[in-house]
Amino acid sequence: MTKGTLSRGAAGVCGFLLIAEALGRTGVIDPVVLPLASTVLGETLGLAADPDFLLQLGNTLDACGVGLLFSVAIAVPAGVLLGTFRKVERSARPLVEFLRPIPSVALIPVAQFLFRDPEYAKVSLVIFAASWPLLINTMYGMREVDPLAKETLRSFGFGPLAVIGRVSLPSAAPFIVTGLRIAVSVTLIVAVSVELFVGGTGLGTFMSAAAAGNQRAEMLGAVVWAGLLGLAANGLLAGAERRLFRWHHARTGEPAR
Amino acid sequence: MLEIHNLTHTYGTGPGAHEALGGVDLKVAEGELVCIVGPSGCGKSTLLRSIAGLLRPTGGEILFQGDPVERTPDNLAVVFQDYSRSLFPWMSVADNVALPLRRKGMDGRQRRQAALDALEQVDLAGAGGKYPWELSGGMQQRASIARAIAYRPTLMLMDEPFGSVDAQTREDLEDLVLRVRAKHGMTILLITHDIDESVYVGDRVIVLSKAPAKVVSDLRVQLPGPRDQITTREHPGFVQLRAEVGRLVRGRQGQAASTG
Repeated sequence: MTKGTLSRGAAGVCGFLLIAEALGRTGVIDPVVLPLASTVLGETLGLAADPDFLLQLGNTLDACGVGLLFSVAIAVPAGVLLGTFRKVERSARPLVEFLRPIPSVALIPVAQFLFRDPEYAKVSLVIFAASWPLLINTMYGMREVDPLAKETLRSFGFGPLAVIGRVSLPSAAPFIVTGLRIAVSVTLIVAVSVELFVGGTGLGTFMSAAAAGNQRAEMLGAVVWAGLLGLAANGLLAGAERRLFRWHHARTGEPAR
Repeated sequence: MLEIHNLTHTYGTGPGAHEALGGVDLKVAEGELVCIVGPSGCGKSTLLRSIAGLLRPTGGEILFQGDPVERTPDNLAVVFQDYSRSLFPWMSVADNVALPLRRKGMDGRQRRQAALDALEQVDLAGAGGKYPWELSGGMQQRASIARAIAYRPTLMLMDEPFGSVDAQTREDLEDLVLRVRAKHGMTILLITHDIDESVYVGDRVIVLSKAPAKVVSDLRVQLPGPRDQITTREHPGFVQLRAEVGRLVRGRQGQAASTG
């Protein structure tokens, strides 16, 4: 990101906030229905010092983190397997094609039945939902590995496991990390959804409680935090991708910056 | 050191089957540099992949140092035409060269030293820390030759190694192969479709027929002294042999065209 795009982006955000503030102050939008931008921003800052909010936020992040770890541990090896062995992939495909399009929110009642504890329901749904982008991207990356690269290592007498570890996995790594980046945003969506519908503790529960108490500015402040979290996670991973996989961008001809 | 008896290979079965090798017989002695030429699509690469153990031929026998080739033999290295795909882009040039040495039980420091030595021999002393895609095509192919040299193979197989570089680089790389051979005394089997190249670098030139490939002719190259891009190429022996190989390669094609 250059300085120019950064300052333009900042200008866009400020402009949006100013317009929202003006609409509220001039009475076009009733500040009782939708609180003023400045009120929401103040509440957002205030939440950073609110111990109850921080505890709930921590719970959501916990569920996202634990869920993500499990889905990486399950989906990446599964993707390696399906991407390496055509026969396994053919037998698994109908199941994958059926399960993948199910909206994870639609599985909330199922998870509720399976797990009495809402925290378990939340983590299990996070694992389920975050596994798909990881699985699909890993599989795709493994299939895209250049056969000549594998053959090169084989020609030096390396066996099939060494070929997977030293050629296929490094070569598929950019795809796997793209899957990870998508999975991270999925974990946040699913965790908050489950909290909204089922309860337990977390950002979603905090929002429900604020909405029930008609604390609109507080509710919107929590929404702003959810957005900021997603933005930060995405930015961090995208930055890591650019740094780690310069070779990939250099080869595919995409700009490295 | 390498003996091939009646090697056949057919891709696929039934009416769509393609017979690539139709009974190839070949012997290569220790320390020889043998060039294999033939019309394009004649099965040269199939032959090389069979010797490297990357492909299981459907018939015949390959003996490498007296043992039948069933998997990739030790002490063998391959240099492929497509260097940009054969070098690993996520590793530095030095790491690329050092990687196969893991098979030799060398520790990290020994591997690194061997890699730097090999890079120096191909005039890439300063490029070890760079990535392959930061180098020109000719330099990348030098790096893959360095990877083969560092491995200290007794047999080096080269599959059209200079097919993707410009003419000037090609001549430099031909001389590099000759230098490497003189220094290490390894046996080299080089596949090419360039008739001049086969006569210039080879001790022997094997001409293959079009697919299904058989050995049409086995010519010994007798040219004086160290080879030189200018004087060797104007030597009457070179000119005469190049014409002979050219006739053998084209003659077969011409015949096929007139009967087909």
